[in-house]
Amino acid sequence: MQKLTKEQQDYQNLVNLKKPKPPYIKNIFMAFLVGGLICVIGQGIMNFFVSRGFSIKEAGAPTSATMVFLGAFLTGLGIYDKIGKKAGAGSIIPITGFANSIVSPAMEFKREGYVFGVASKMFVVAGPVLVYGMTSAFIIGLIYYLFKL
Amino acid sequence: MDYVMAFIVGGAICAIGQVLMDATKLSPAHVLVLFVTLGAVLSGLGLYEPLVEIGKAGATIPLTGFGHTLVRGVIEDVDKRGFLGIFTGGLTSAAAGITAAVVFGYLMSLLFNPKSK
Repeated sequence: MQKLTKEQQDYQNLVNLKKPKPPYIKNIFMAFLVGGLICVIGQGIMNFFVSRGFSIKEAGAPTSATMVFLGAFLTGLGIYDKIGKKAGAGSIIPITGFANSIVSPAMEFKREGYVFGVASKMFVVAGPVLVYGMTSAFIIGLIYYLFKL
Repeated sequence: MDYVMAFIVGGAICAIGQVLMDATKLSPAHVLVLFVTLGAVLSGLGLYEPLVEIGKAGATIPLTGFGHTLVRGVIEDVDKRGFLGIFTGGLTSAAAGITAAVVFGYLMSLLFNPKSK
Protein backbone atom coordinates (compact mmCIF):
# COMPACT_ATOMS: atom_id res chain seq x y z
CA MET A 1 0.00 0.00 0.00
CA GLN A 2 1.15 3.55 -0.77
CA LYS A 3 1.95 5.82 2.06
CA LEU A 4 -0.86 8.28 2.65
CA THR A 5 -0.17 11.99 2.43
CA LYS A 6 -0.78 14.15 5.47
CA GLU A 7 -4.14 15.34 4.12
CA GLN A 8 -5.26 11.78 3.38
CA GLN A 9 -4.30 10.71 6.88
CA ASP A 10 -6.18 13.59 8.42
CA TYR A 11 -9.19 12.72 6.32
CA GLN A 12 -8.95 9.07 7.32
CA ASN A 13 -8.85 10.05 10.98
CA LEU A 14 -11.86 12.27 10.49
CA VAL A 15 -13.75 9.42 8.81
CA ASN A 16 -12.91 7.08 11.68
CA LEU A 17 -14.05 9.71 14.15
CA LYS A 18 -17.39 10.32 12.44
CA LYS A 19 -18.11 6.70 11.54
CA PRO A 20 -21.07 5.50 13.60
CA LYS A 21 -19.90 3.16 16.33
CA PRO A 22 -21.99 0.06 17.02
CA PRO A 23 -24.25 0.79 20.01
CA TYR A 24 -22.26 -1.55 22.25
CA ILE A 25 -24.34 -1.31 25.41
CA LYS A 26 -27.66 -1.74 23.62
CA ASN A 27 -26.32 -4.68 21.58
CA ILE A 28 -25.01 -6.44 24.68
CA PHE A 29 -28.26 -5.84 26.54
CA MET A 30 -30.35 -7.23 23.67
CA ALA A 31 -28.05 -10.25 23.25
CA PHE A 32 -28.28 -10.96 26.98
CA LEU A 33 -32.06 -10.53 27.06
CA VAL A 34 -32.92 -12.62 23.99
CA GLY A 35 -30.22 -15.24 24.59
CA GLY A 36 -31.38 -15.55 28.18
CA LEU A 37 -35.03 -15.88 27.17
CA ILE A 38 -34.22 -18.59 24.61
CA CYS A 39 -32.42 -20.52 27.37
CA VAL A 40 -35.44 -20.06 29.67
CA ILE A 41 -37.62 -21.64 26.96
CA GLY A 42 -35.03 -24.43 26.72
CA GLN A 43 -35.22 -24.87 30.50
CA GLY A 44 -39.00 -25.16 30.27
CA ILE A 45 -38.71 -27.87 27.64
CA MET A 46 -36.03 -29.64 29.67
CA ASN A 47 -38.20 -29.55 32.81
CA PHE A 48 -41.06 -31.00 30.77
CA PHE A 49 -38.92 -33.98 29.73
CA VAL A 50 -37.67 -34.42 33.30
CA SER A 51 -41.30 -34.49 34.50
CA ARG A 52 -41.91 -37.25 31.94
CA GLY A 53 -39.35 -39.44 33.66
CA PHE A 54 -36.10 -38.52 31.90
CA SER A 55 -33.09 -37.94 34.14
CA ILE A 56 -31.58 -34.46 33.89
CA LYS A 57 -28.71 -35.86 31.81
CA GLU A 58 -30.99 -37.80 29.46
CA ALA A 59 -33.26 -34.79 29.01
CA GLY A 60 -30.49 -32.89 27.20
CA ALA A 61 -30.89 -34.76 23.92
CA PRO A 62 -34.67 -34.37 23.40
CA THR A 63 -34.39 -30.75 24.59
CA SER A 64 -31.76 -29.97 21.93
CA ALA A 65 -33.84 -31.72 19.27
CA THR A 66 -36.97 -29.73 20.22
CA MET A 67 -35.07 -26.43 20.27
CA VAL A 68 -33.57 -27.23 16.85
CA PHE A 69 -37.07 -27.92 15.54
CA LEU A 70 -38.34 -24.60 16.90
CA GLY A 71 -35.37 -22.70 15.47
CA ALA A 72 -35.81 -24.30 12.05
CA PHE A 73 -39.58 -23.76 12.04
CA LEU A 74 -39.40 -20.10 13.09
CA THR A 75 -36.72 -19.52 10.44
CA GLY A 76 -39.04 -21.03 7.83
CA LEU A 77 -41.81 -18.67 8.94
CA GLY A 78 -39.41 -15.73 8.68
CA ILE A 79 -39.79 -14.90 12.37
CA TYR A 80 -36.33 -15.93 13.54
CA ASP A 81 -34.53 -13.51 11.23
CA LYS A 82 -36.70 -10.66 12.54
CA ILE A 83 -35.63 -11.56 16.08
CA GLY A 84 -32.05 -11.84 14.87
CA LYS A 85 -31.94 -8.27 13.57
CA LYS A 86 -32.51 -6.98 17.09
CA ALA A 87 -30.80 -9.69 19.13
CA GLY A 88 -27.50 -10.27 17.32
CA ALA A 89 -25.50 -12.90 19.18
CA GLY A 90 -28.51 -13.54 21.43
CA SER A 91 -30.16 -15.37 18.55
CA ILE A 92 -26.98 -16.72 16.94
CA ILE A 93 -25.27 -18.48 19.87
CA PRO A 94 -28.18 -20.67 21.13
CA ILE A 95 -28.74 -23.97 19.30
CA THR A 96 -31.83 -22.40 17.68
CA GLY A 97 -29.37 -20.12 15.89
CA PHE A 98 -27.49 -23.19 14.67
CA ALA A 99 -30.78 -24.41 13.15
CA ASN A 100 -31.30 -20.94 11.66
CA SER A 101 -27.85 -21.09 10.05
CA ILE A 102 -28.93 -24.33 8.33
CA VAL A 103 -32.39 -23.37 7.09
CA SER A 104 -31.63 -19.81 6.02
CA PRO A 105 -29.06 -20.49 3.24
CA ALA A 106 -30.83 -23.74 2.26
CA MET A 107 -34.09 -21.85 1.49
CA GLU A 108 -32.18 -19.08 -0.23
CA PHE A 109 -30.43 -21.43 -2.67
CA LYS A 110 -33.40 -23.70 -3.40
CA ARG A 111 -33.49 -22.60 -7.03
CA GLU A 112 -30.05 -24.17 -7.53
CA GLY A 113 -31.63 -27.57 -6.97
CA TYR A 114 -32.17 -30.03 -4.16
CA VAL A 115 -28.66 -31.41 -4.14
CA PHE A 116 -26.28 -28.50 -4.81
CA GLY A 117 -28.82 -25.93 -3.64
CA VAL A 118 -30.66 -27.07 -0.53
CA ALA A 119 -28.65 -30.05 0.69
CA SER A 120 -25.21 -28.56 0.16
CA LYS A 121 -25.93 -24.99 1.30
CA MET A 122 -27.40 -26.33 4.56
CA PHE A 123 -23.84 -26.84 5.72
CA VAL A 124 -22.34 -23.46 4.87
CA VAL A 125 -22.13 -22.65 8.60
CA ALA A 126 -23.16 -25.97 10.16
CA GLY A 127 -20.33 -27.78 8.34
CA PRO A 128 -17.52 -25.73 9.91
CA VAL A 129 -19.23 -26.03 13.32
CA LEU A 130 -19.26 -29.84 13.02
CA VAL A 131 -15.69 -29.97 11.68
CA TYR A 132 -14.24 -27.89 14.51
CA GLY A 133 -16.48 -29.39 17.18
CA MET A 134 -15.70 -32.99 16.26
CA THR A 135 -12.01 -32.41 15.70
CA SER A 136 -11.53 -30.66 19.04
CA ALA A 137 -13.56 -33.38 20.81
CA PHE A 138 -11.37 -36.00 19.08
CA ILE A 139 -8.13 -34.33 20.18
CA ILE A 140 -9.39 -33.94 23.75
CA GLY A 141 -10.52 -37.59 23.76
CA LEU A 142 -7.07 -38.67 22.53
CA ILE A 143 -5.33 -36.66 25.26
CA TYR A 144 -7.70 -38.12 27.86
CA TYR A 145 -7.04 -41.65 26.58
CA LEU A 146 -3.26 -41.20 26.68
CA PHE A 147 -3.34 -39.77 30.21
CA LYS A 148 -5.45 -42.68 31.41
CA LEU A 149 -2.94 -45.30 30.22
CA MET B 1 -34.80 -20.88 40.39
CA ASP B 2 -33.77 -23.03 37.40
CA TYR B 3 -35.27 -20.42 35.12
CA VAL B 4 -33.47 -17.49 36.71
CA MET B 5 -30.10 -19.23 36.50
CA ALA B 6 -30.76 -20.39 32.92
CA PHE B 7 -31.56 -16.79 32.00
CA ILE B 8 -28.44 -15.37 33.64
CA VAL B 9 -25.95 -17.98 32.43
CA GLY B 10 -27.42 -18.25 28.92
CA GLY B 11 -27.72 -14.49 28.63
CA ALA B 12 -24.14 -13.98 29.78
CA ILE B 13 -22.76 -16.47 27.24
CA CYS B 14 -24.65 -14.68 24.45
CA ALA B 15 -23.47 -11.29 25.72
CA ILE B 16 -19.86 -12.49 25.51
CA GLY B 17 -20.54 -13.52 21.90
CA GLN B 18 -21.98 -10.08 21.16
CA VAL B 19 -18.91 -8.32 22.61
CA LEU B 20 -16.69 -10.51 20.43
CA MET B 21 -18.73 -9.71 17.32
CA ASP B 22 -18.78 -5.96 17.92
CA ALA B 23 -15.16 -5.66 19.02
CA THR B 24 -13.52 -7.89 16.43
CA LYS B 25 -15.91 -7.86 13.45
CA LEU B 26 -15.96 -11.67 13.48
CA SER B 27 -18.74 -13.11 11.32
CA PRO B 28 -21.51 -15.13 13.01
CA ALA B 29 -20.02 -18.31 11.50
CA HIS B 30 -16.65 -17.56 13.11
CA VAL B 31 -18.30 -16.91 16.46
CA LEU B 32 -20.22 -20.21 16.28
CA VAL B 33 -17.06 -22.16 15.40
CA LEU B 34 -15.16 -20.39 18.16
CA PHE B 35 -17.88 -21.15 20.73
CA VAL B 36 -18.11 -24.84 19.87
CA THR B 37 -14.35 -25.17 20.17
CA LEU B 38 -14.30 -23.14 23.37
CA GLY B 39 -17.05 -25.32 24.88
CA ALA B 40 -15.10 -28.45 23.96
CA VAL B 41 -11.87 -27.15 25.50
CA LEU B 42 -13.56 -25.94 28.69
CA SER B 43 -15.32 -29.29 28.96
CA GLY B 44 -12.01 -31.12 28.51
CA LEU B 45 -10.52 -29.06 31.34
CA GLY B 46 -13.50 -29.99 33.52
CA LEU B 47 -14.71 -26.40 33.73
CA TYR B 48 -17.95 -26.67 31.75
CA GLU B 49 -19.74 -29.32 33.81
CA PRO B 50 -19.86 -27.01 36.89
CA LEU B 51 -21.39 -24.32 34.67
CA VAL B 52 -24.06 -26.81 33.53
CA GLU B 53 -24.83 -27.59 37.16
CA ILE B 54 -25.35 -23.89 37.88
CA GLY B 55 -27.05 -22.78 34.69
CA LYS B 56 -28.73 -26.00 33.43
CA ALA B 57 -30.29 -25.16 30.04
CA GLY B 58 -28.55 -21.78 30.19
CA ALA B 59 -25.28 -23.66 29.67
CA THR B 60 -26.49 -26.48 27.41
CA ILE B 61 -28.56 -24.47 24.89
CA PRO B 62 -25.78 -22.09 23.72
CA LEU B 63 -23.42 -23.67 21.20
CA THR B 64 -20.67 -24.00 23.80
CA GLY B 65 -22.96 -26.69 25.23
CA PHE B 66 -22.75 -28.56 21.93
CA GLY B 67 -18.96 -28.70 22.26
CA HIS B 68 -19.43 -29.88 25.83
CA THR B 69 -21.86 -32.64 24.72
CA LEU B 70 -19.33 -33.89 22.14
CA VAL B 71 -16.47 -34.00 24.66
CA ARG B 72 -18.57 -35.53 27.46
CA GLY B 73 -19.61 -38.30 25.05
CA VAL B 74 -16.04 -38.95 23.96
CA ILE B 75 -14.79 -39.17 27.55
CA GLU B 76 -17.64 -41.47 28.62
CA ASP B 77 -17.03 -43.75 25.65
CA VAL B 78 -13.27 -43.85 26.22
CA ASP B 79 -14.03 -45.03 29.76
CA LYS B 80 -16.39 -47.69 28.41
CA ARG B 81 -14.71 -48.92 25.23
CA GLY B 82 -11.18 -47.60 25.32
CA PHE B 83 -9.48 -46.26 22.18
CA LEU B 84 -12.50 -46.76 19.90
CA GLY B 85 -14.46 -44.40 22.14
CA ILE B 86 -12.46 -41.46 20.77
CA PHE B 87 -14.19 -42.11 17.44
CA THR B 88 -17.65 -43.09 18.63
CA GLY B 89 -18.37 -41.01 21.73
CA GLY B 90 -18.88 -37.54 20.28
CA LEU B 91 -21.49 -38.35 17.70
CA THR B 92 -23.23 -40.82 20.01
CA SER B 93 -23.98 -38.18 22.61
CA ALA B 94 -24.75 -35.45 20.06
CA ALA B 95 -26.79 -37.74 17.81
CA ALA B 96 -30.22 -36.31 18.65
CA GLY B 97 -29.17 -32.71 18.06
CA ILE B 98 -27.30 -33.40 14.83
CA THR B 99 -30.02 -35.63 13.34
CA ALA B 100 -32.69 -33.09 14.30
CA ALA B 101 -30.63 -30.29 12.72
CA VAL B 102 -30.12 -32.14 9.44
CA VAL B 103 -33.62 -33.60 9.09
CA PHE B 104 -35.70 -30.66 10.40
CA GLY B 105 -33.37 -28.23 8.63
CA TYR B 106 -33.88 -30.04 5.34
CA LEU B 107 -37.66 -30.40 5.73
CA MET B 108 -38.18 -26.76 6.71
CA SER B 109 -36.08 -25.63 3.74
CA LEU B 110 -38.30 -27.65 1.42
CA LEU B 111 -41.51 -26.46 3.05
CA PHE B 112 -40.83 -22.72 3.24
CA ASN B 113 -39.50 -20.06 0.93
CA PRO B 114 -37.40 -17.08 1.99
CA LYS B 115 -39.45 -14.05 2.96
CA SER B 116 -38.71 -10.93 0.94
CA LYS B 117 -36.97 -8.45 3.20
